[in-house]
Amino acid sequence: MKVSYYPGCSLHATGKEYDQSMKAVSRALGIELKEVDDWSCCGASAAHNTNFDLSIALSARNLVAAEKNAMDVMVPCAACFNRFKTAEHNLKADKELKAKIEDVIGAKYQGGIAIRNPIDIIYNEIGIDALAAKVVKPLAGLKPVSYYGCLLLRPPEVCEFENYENPFMMDKILGSIGADVKNWSYKTDCCGGSMSISKTSIVIDMCDKLMGAAKEAGANCLVTACPMCMANLDMRPSSAMKMPVFYFSELMSLALGLDGSKETFKTHIFDPQPLLRELRLI
Amino acid sequence: MENFLEEVNKKINGVPIQRCYHCRKCTAGCPVAAHMEYNPNKVVKMIQNGQRDKVLNSSTIWLCLSCETCITRCPNQIDIARMMDVLRQMAIESGVGAREANILKFHEAFLASIKRGGRINEMMMTVHYKLKSGDLLSDALMAPGMFLKGKLALLPPRTKDLKSVKNIFEKTKSI
Repeated sequence: MKVSYYPGCSLHATGKEYDQSMKAVSRALGIELKEVDDWSCCGASAAHNTNFDLSIALSARNLVAAEKNAMDVMVPCAACFNRFKTAEHNLKADKELKAKIEDVIGAKYQGGIAIRNPIDIIYNEIGIDALAAKVVKPLAGLKPVSYYGCLLLRPPEVCEFENYENPFMMDKILGSIGADVKNWSYKTDCCGGSMSISKTSIVIDMCDKLMGAAKEAGANCLVTACPMCMANLDMRPSSAMKMPVFYFSELMSLALGLDGSKETFKTHIFDPQPLLRELRLI
Repeated sequence: MENFLEEVNKKINGVPIQRCYHCRKCTAGCPVAAHMEYNPNKVVKMIQNGQRDKVLNSSTIWLCLSCETCITRCPNQIDIARMMDVLRQMAIESGVGAREANILKFHEAFLASIKRGGRINEMMMTVHYKLKSGDLLSDALMAPGMFLKGKLALLPPRTKDLKSVKNIFEKTKSI
């Protein structure tokens, strides 16, 4: 299949491991990516916290750019995904707002393409059986908990993702590549998101709580689909609480034996390589 | 003239917040309630009571992380996360400013970065925030490591049609 690809700002900087592994995994699964032409920032938390029209317009500019490819758009970053879905929801529900935003961005919004996160595309279009069939290195000994966070799931009528209180698609994907996925009750809790820099002490508390819960569940790592969750969980927990954190796509790349799959582990802040070596996975 | 409640409801443009019957599900699920001056359901009550100054001056509205757990679990579909956005925007527009000044300064640095390059330059954005907030030392030891790992680029690619991005800021009268 062929889809548009919106990396967003984080995937070109602090979340570059997500971009690299997502591209490798897409190639291996036969998903052809065409980057959205001349994309700009989705506006993230800063726009909707301060100016509603700005938040919708910044996302709408990118949705219109993506519509030119006339294909569904893959949005790996959970924050960009959430902002795009929110813009889509509001533009489709409110004609007055749509007219106002079209004037602001100087273009017409059609609303004809689906905004999709790669977890949804891999689970629903590729399928976990087809994925399992491609595994060359099952991730034996890896005991992750799936951490979905907020922005893929909520509000459910906007995100239209999956079971919003107990999602399972990422769990199934990790299970199909040989990991021993642990169940836990914190799949959809918040990591502290955009307050990482401006209110760090609160974010440390929130990340410590998540790490503690993951350990109690018997996990030896956490897996995420969000560059903000990754940045917070990778940097913010207290030293005693730290544990390796992966993007789900990095683990897929490793299990599928793809070129460069070991490279992305080198740039994590908390080094996951000792765990992977101990398990003889790298 | 519109009272505070009417003004907030109009801006939320959804379910009117009078529908709240204070079951406190929003507060029970809120990950930052413990750090808040007033819990989310209390803010709803204060708006109903017309306590405009107290609400717009509170730290609560800035500590909300927009995790959207409240709206997801509200039995009356009151969009409390959107309500917090509305209150923050009202605090900025009415000149009250932000009780949690650094949180707003971070958002401003972030938006300034979009305005400059169309995309976020995380390095420049962080420097901008540090200068504005005066919080120069925290995380200073982390930056060189991130730079060496290629996570903080000095000159990441920008949006080519920068004018279209700047226009959005002008037309929406953004900070």
